Amino acid sequence: MFTALAGTPLAEVQAALAEHGQYLPFDPPLAAAGATLGGAVATGLSGSGRRRYGGVRDFIIGMRYVDGQGRLVRSGGKVVKNAAGFDQHKLLVGSLGSLGVIVEVSFKVFPQPLAFATLQISGLSLASAIDTIGRLSTSHFDLEALDLLPAEGAYTLLLRIGGPAAVLPARLEHLRRWQGRGEAVADDAAIWQRTATFSWLPRGAKLAKAPLTLAALPALDAMLASCNAARRYIDGSNLAWIAWPGAWDELDAQLLALGLSGVALLGPPTEQPLLGLHNGANLAARIKQTLDPENKFPPLNGGKQ
Amino acid sequence: MPNSALIDALATFLPVHRLLRQAAELAPYESDALTAFRSRPGAVVLAETQEEVVRVVELCHRHSVPFVARGSGTSLSGGSLPVAGGVVIALNRLNRIVHLDPQRRIAVVEPGVINLDVTKAAAPHGLYYAPDPSSQLICTIGGNVAFNSGGAHCLKYGMTANHVLGIKAVLPDGAVVQLGGDSLESVGPDLAGFFVGSEGLFGIALEITVRLLPRPELYRTVLAAYHSLAAAGDAVAQVVASGLLPGAMEIMDNLAIQAAEAAVHAGYPRDAAALLIVELEGERVQVEAEFAHLLQVVEASGPYEVRVAKDDADRARIWKGRKSAFSAVGRLSPDYIVQDGVVPRSRLGEALAAIQRLSAQHGLRVANVFHAGDGNLHPLILYSGRTPGELERAETLAGEILNLCIELGGSITGEHGVGVEKRAYMPAMFNPVDLAVMNELRLAIDPKELANRGKMLPDGDAPSLTHPGIHPLEQQGVISRA
Repeated sequence: MFTALAGTPLAEVQAALAEHGQYLPFDPPLAAAGATLGGAVATGLSGSGRRRYGGVRDFIIGMRYVDGQGRLVRSGGKVVKNAAGFDQHKLLVGSLGSLGVIVEVSFKVFPQPLAFATLQISGLSLASAIDTIGRLSTSHFDLEALDLLPAEGAYTLLLRIGGPAAVLPARLEHLRRWQGRGEAVADDAAIWQRTATFSWLPRGAKLAKAPLTLAALPALDAMLASCNAARRYIDGSNLAWIAWPGAWDELDAQLLALGLSGVALLGPPTEQPLLGLHNGANLAARIKQTLDPENKFPPLNGGKQ
Repeated sequence: MPNSALIDALATFLPVHRLLRQAAELAPYESDALTAFRSRPGAVVLAETQEEVVRVVELCHRHSVPFVARGSGTSLSGGSLPVAGGVVIALNRLNRIVHLDPQRRIAVVEPGVINLDVTKAAAPHGLYYAPDPSSQLICTIGGNVAFNSGGAHCLKYGMTANHVLGIKAVLPDGAVVQLGGDSLESVGPDLAGFFVGSEGLFGIALEITVRLLPRPELYRTVLAAYHSLAAAGDAVAQVVASGLLPGAMEIMDNLAIQAAEAAVHAGYPRDAAALLIVELEGERVQVEAEFAHLLQVVEASGPYEVRVAKDDADRARIWKGRKSAFSAVGRLSPDYIVQDGVVPRSRLGEALAAIQRLSAQHGLRVANVFHAGDGNLHPLILYSGRTPGELERAETLAGEILNLCIELGGSITGEHGVGVEKRAYMPAMFNPVDLAVMNELRLAIDPKELANRGKMLPDGDAPSLTHPGIHPLEQQGVISRA
């Protein structure tokens, strides 16, 4: 585990962990762009690597934050397992600054795989990509990442594995034989770097994320295709990165119509960063009233009900 | 103080065999697995539907009567101890697996579903539910959610909170809310994550969406015997430093070994001062390669015997001994206290040596069986309630062990929760501001303090740490000792 102040750049954390052969398994994106640890927590951002062991919510173990009354509050602890008290550090994940100012966070970390390799399966229809993801999900293959991206009128699946370099060729070959097709990616690091830095975003596009399920994928993808939005789906289609060409309120309305939620990440500032459908408003409002009774921080959900 | 107006209201929609009122019917609900305390509820409702649970909670709120949700009553921290005269809402009959979607690796279950039954339902699809408390044969998911339960295999994939994606819950005032959803990802504050581990103070989970994991292709399990407990503790640090990520890493000391052998004949080396169990899981080629590395690390840690599980039956035997250890200790002693503290893994050896010292000081035997990979200690303090003063000494020793965990930078509970047992220790772990914020959150969600009143949050007259003395609730005559 490690504890760091919230303003610590992710890149610095990653470098310090790497010296000890450790890593942040939830794979926060935008590290190269200068993203901080506290920012990753407040926005609740995890990257493609969340496939293996889970997202930021699964690795945060403790926090200090300042609430709306100026109180320095501690939640959780500095050990990997702890069941004492209410886990307010979970609440602050994804809170977008509405509940408190995060000042210090503790995370559990894991040993970093010694090497990585990626199998690329191209030219899939959406239906066959969905079928493959479904079959992979009930198979015994341990994937570090499972991304789906539209490419040249079809879809490409990227399957990443990690472990000792000596066994990766055999594992990749098992995967290829099981799937009946696919080829090893020559430069594994480069292809994943592209996803983590969002260098695939078209110029001027906004970026949003939307939690997703495999069942909801066809309708979302059809909408995005019709709006000419570039997109990638990570973690077996549990999360969509959306390069939105239009206005935020248009995406808000589209997600709402699909029964999905989302959050605006990059682009022009918006008063209402949470998009689409939201639940738990009853509980969230009581929490907001407790931690920030005078509304010193931005409203939850942009004040939208 | 049974509230007759509430009872009358409950009786309008609950048949008499599901609204228990007679002393003999109430007796089984007076206590849970923290058997030192008991308390008689005013009524027990055997709920069969989610709507009934909501209605009972609404009525309790209207009549200002405290209620306690209960599954199989396996809480080791007294989490389901009733409030005297209050209502117990028994959820075992809400045991439907509503939905299981293998392609999306999720299951939607009611709170009364037994932990292991989720894995049984998922198994035909090659999936399983990861959190595995030792009581998984009988404990329920609702209780697991309330107490963020762990288990031996939480090292790699985390505790209950890491496996709960969505919760439909009834808040203490009867409002029904949906928290989270059925995606692994979420936006906005992680309300589902916040609800998990709230020990029933935020209301009752009615429907829980859990994530399932694919069953590993291969498990490889090794058992190493050591001449000292400290050597086994050091071996854990060496495995952690080796860059391997085991699925489980457990230690049992000699007393625990003796108990497990007597109970289930696991075939453990009986003369070992400590046993280390390490298990790797994953794809075959990788596990085989990593297991060879693991064996080198283990051999280098100075064990006097190393055994590798030959097959599934061998592996099952090793785990049966480990999982039966808590109850097996009952063969060694008429009474025992199960403790649950956490220390940083790097200070495991230090903690174990200190516990041995404390054990000798107080003249009480302590058996250690614990999740070493997580630094989660489970000292079992053996005593006889018939010997005057022994319980008090055992409680003093238990308190000193918790203080030790805090001093080493750890926690007073890794997976059993605070419950009624450790309320008095919360101020040692959290400062007054931390505790005030927790209390305010509780009051915002439950202004009448009806949901699982008397658990987790300390009250003003908590006894001091060094002199546990009489529990405050006991002083008030709310609970009494068996």
